Amino acid sequence: MSRAEEEVANQEKKTLGFWIYLMTDCVLFAALFATFAVLRGNTAGGPSGLEIFDLPFVLVETMLLLTSSFTIGMALLGSVRGYHKQTIFWLIATFALGVAFLSMELYEFNMLVAEGNSWQQSGFLSAYFTLVGAHGLHIAVGLLWMAVLLIRLVHFKFRKTDINRLALLGLFWHFLDVVWIFIFTIVYLVGGMA
Amino acid sequence: MKPTLSHRHSPAQYVSYVVGFILSIVTTVLAYYLVVNEVWPKEMLIYVVMGIAVVQLVVQLVFFLHLGRGSRWKLLTFWFALLVVLVVVVGSLWIMHNLDYNMMNMSPDQMEQYMVENEGI
Repeated sequence: MSRAEEEVANQEKKTLGFWIYLMTDCVLFAALFATFAVLRGNTAGGPSGLEIFDLPFVLVETMLLLTSSFTIGMALLGSVRGYHKQTIFWLIATFALGVAFLSMELYEFNMLVAEGNSWQQSGFLSAYFTLVGAHGLHIAVGLLWMAVLLIRLVHFKFRKTDINRLALLGLFWHFLDVVWIFIFTIVYLVGGMA
Repeated sequence: MKPTLSHRHSPAQYVSYVVGFILSIVTTVLAYYLVVNEVWPKEMLIYVVMGIAVVQLVVQLVFFLHLGRGSRWKLLTFWFALLVVLVVVVGSLWIMHNLDYNMMNMSPDQMEQYMVENEGI
């Protein structure tokens, strides 16, 4: 096997390892989704989803995350082709969209708690905060990873290892996008139905 | 087929991301529109919206995550994870609804009394 081939095979292994981590994360989210689905109606005299969810607000959040999933794809394609400026541009765009998404989510949480609808209110709200909060935490970790990677890419002038890491970050980010689609549908759309 | 280096540089990937992006935007807006305008009664709307979510899952898996490309194990572990996810979610809902059904029409006080009498809790 030549050196280049060996590198490709090595990266292939790492990608698979990371993929298996993502699949286990899927199972974690499945448990949280199941908890939410079971506790959905247990409002204990508190508000239901219909009363507290602001659908247009959540739609904007969803659009931000969907767009960031696209922009990180662009960064990824740029990096394997060796277009450094393009990669940095799209990566910064992804980072900004991620920060905007997280800020909106924290603002929403803050509003809910301020109105007295915190996780202590009912089983429904506990499950809601756990599920959506777990996703938000993943996003926060992803943003940290992205920031470190951005600095490394610029500082070390696109080392091969960092480009490979960007591919894994891309997988992670797309995965979070998929999880959000189900949060958007199950928690917000179905929960916000009259 | 094992992906080669040239395979990864194919320009078709840009198209894949753009198509995936457009499709996911369209499906999201469609689901949102249906719910906000209450196009159908709630019972039916839930199934429609869930169906749209599954369509979008497939779109993202194919166009963004490129499932099926690369190692065969990727696909295998995906199917296994999907199986576990379905068992956890469907199983939880099934069991909990069954419990709910058997305890129907009980107030919290009655339920407590029932548990004390019959379950020894």
